[in-house]
Amino acid sequence: MGRKITIEPVTRVEGHGKVTIHLDDEGNVAQTRLHIVEFRGFERFVQGRPYWEMPVLVQRLCGICPVSHHLAAAKALDVIVGAGTGDGLTPTGEKMRRLMHYGQIFQSHSLHFFHLASPDMVFGIDGDPALRNIIGVALTNKDLAVQGVMMRKYGQEIIAATAGKKIHGTGAIPGGINKHLSEEERDSLLKGTDPMNVDKIIDWSVEAVAWFKNYHKKNKDFIDNFAVFPSSHLSIVRKDGAMDLYHGVLRAVDHEGNKILHDVDCQNYLDYIDEEVRSWSYMKFPYLKEYGKSNGWYTVGPLARLNTADFIPTPLAQKEFEEYKAYTNGKPNNMSMHMHWARLIEILHSAEMMKELLMDPDIVKGELLTRGEKCNKGIGVLEAPRGTLFHHYEINDNDQVIMANLIVSTTNNNQPMNEAVNFVAKKYMNGQDEITEPMMNAVEVSIRAYDPCLSCATHAFGQMPLEVSLYNAREELIDYKMRS
Amino acid sequence: MSKKVNFVIDGKECQSEEGLYLVEAAKENGVYIPTLCNYEGLKPKGSCRICSVKIDGRLTTACTSPVQDGMKIENNTDELNEVRKEIIELLFVSGNHFCPACEKSGNCELQALAYRFKMMAPRFPFAFPRKEVDASYPMIIKEQNRCILCKRCIRGIKDEDGKRYFAYRNRGQDSLVVPDRKMMAEMSPEKAQEAMDICPVGSILVREIGWIEPIGTRKYDKAPIGSDIENNQ
Repeated sequence: MGRKITIEPVTRVEGHGKVTIHLDDEGNVAQTRLHIVEFRGFERFVQGRPYWEMPVLVQRLCGICPVSHHLAAAKALDVIVGAGTGDGLTPTGEKMRRLMHYGQIFQSHSLHFFHLASPDMVFGIDGDPALRNIIGVALTNKDLAVQGVMMRKYGQEIIAATAGKKIHGTGAIPGGINKHLSEEERDSLLKGTDPMNVDKIIDWSVEAVAWFKNYHKKNKDFIDNFAVFPSSHLSIVRKDGAMDLYHGVLRAVDHEGNKILHDVDCQNYLDYIDEEVRSWSYMKFPYLKEYGKSNGWYTVGPLARLNTADFIPTPLAQKEFEEYKAYTNGKPNNMSMHMHWARLIEILHSAEMMKELLMDPDIVKGELLTRGEKCNKGIGVLEAPRGTLFHHYEINDNDQVIMANLIVSTTNNNQPMNEAVNFVAKKYMNGQDEITEPMMNAVEVSIRAYDPCLSCATHAFGQMPLEVSLYNAREELIDYKMRS
Repeated sequence: MSKKVNFVIDGKECQSEEGLYLVEAAKENGVYIPTLCNYEGLKPKGSCRICSVKIDGRLTTACTSPVQDGMKIENNTDELNEVRKEIIELLFVSGNHFCPACEKSGNCELQALAYRFKMMAPRFPFAFPRKEVDASYPMIIKEQNRCILCKRCIRGIKDEDGKRYFAYRNRGQDSLVVPDRKMMAEMSPEKAQEAMDICPVGSILVREIGWIEPIGTRKYDKAPIGSDIENNQ
């Protein structure tokens, strides 16, 4: 008789989810589901609001990556106010937004790697839970913890300088930006007292990649074999195939590297992407229409971006990219734990981009806004820290939003996270009739690799501890564990 | 030359011209009496009661009380500040005020007063009234969720002939400040901006200019409400 295991909530991810694992009569894993159980309804309650509120209103979805929502909404509204589909802003408008965005990627990735993921690496996924957290890292590996805290702080300072506040700022407005950087702000970010200057931040980013590579060498079996499954990958890339986290065309490759979405205009995303609703989760399942619900799912985020991009347009990150790609002989990387490696390369790329932008004179002077002929529909797409983020708004003649559609990064990763949990469940639970601590840890680690922001994905808030229930084929609870 | 009168506010000896309203007379002496429905240049109404003071022991509104010789006024006392805080809290719960997504944030007098009186969480239940966003006028949007019915727009926004752009409709809890559709059709951009500026909250919005002012440059980013008067002692 089959059984069902439920794991909820999961720790050190942003939001709340639970996992159920169904066992068959032989005690093997028959089916695994990551359930997302919150609902917020942002898409509904923004209806009727003046459109220019969206960048400030919708960013309240999240306190971790509000800049991504802020900018995706602003990009969508650029289209509505006639400022082009992503490349029509003034040089200052474009560069200030990019600086804000790379600051955001940098701080969010730093938060994830150092605060959330590094405890698993420093102490092992079976390490003492009392130590396996950022405080434990600070007590045993002070330099790593300090580096993480200060790197995140630097990214936050970039956001504050461009958006007015570290969290929930107001910099991007339809058609551009509302401020320049002052020369004092720029100089402080470029040449501030150690470690708060961009050169130190780049050095630390290089060290962080080296730290992971060293860890990888010593833990090849875990990093290369934990939650590995074939997946397609999707992201935006610059028109020439370069990594571009702010603007580009949509590209997807399959698990072997064949292009399955050919650099299409983001304004046409609905021609290529659809979302499936499943009764057991509030989080939808996006898929490429051409390949259908079963085969059209894809991964987004750092792993996907390094699989879709042809190159990275900054020298230090490009060097790391080449080494990273060589590891899989240029083929797409489908190893979930390599997400951390990819994330750290993006940290380095973001640091280099911040320096390039800070040194650009357009940051401190120039026109802030441009607007043209209005239309009633706009789509803004960018690469948020966790992956591709879609904002789509339609307005009426009175400037009120009448339709909003948000596909957030974690929603795009819904099926991959389910696949990762399924992989882990099969490895740890086949033939087991009891929920083990290593199995709990492994499920958590597999989900966390995606840095899921479940609050965004379901537009819900809350913390996420971990709960596991085990059901037999008659749907009877035979084991249960909860971790707060 | 008008006659000077002497009066005392919270123990401070003050002097001003006779007949000035107390809010103005206090301001001349570097004393801030908080106001909300009051607006410089408009005849005072005394409707919001934020400026409640005690004159010779009797509770009254400072915006409508002309100053007189020998008055003894209580203003910045725990009792009165608590009353003011309660009024602010009631205004917040009786409308739908979500500062995080309001473009008037940083320039909003209600928000600034809430900060001044250290409003944390309202002690009264939220009414969550059903109100509409009236976006049917060419120059402005009337956001009824945020209107506190102070009538500043009704009293202050008029055309050259003295005709009003805004009027009251309904009574009691159904009261609304509504734009005159005919007048709105002819409203100039300058008049629209004037209307937005006279509104102490975010209820009158000029289209498409939200958040054009960066954080750090908004009125109350620079100095808390009342501090300009208090620093001028």
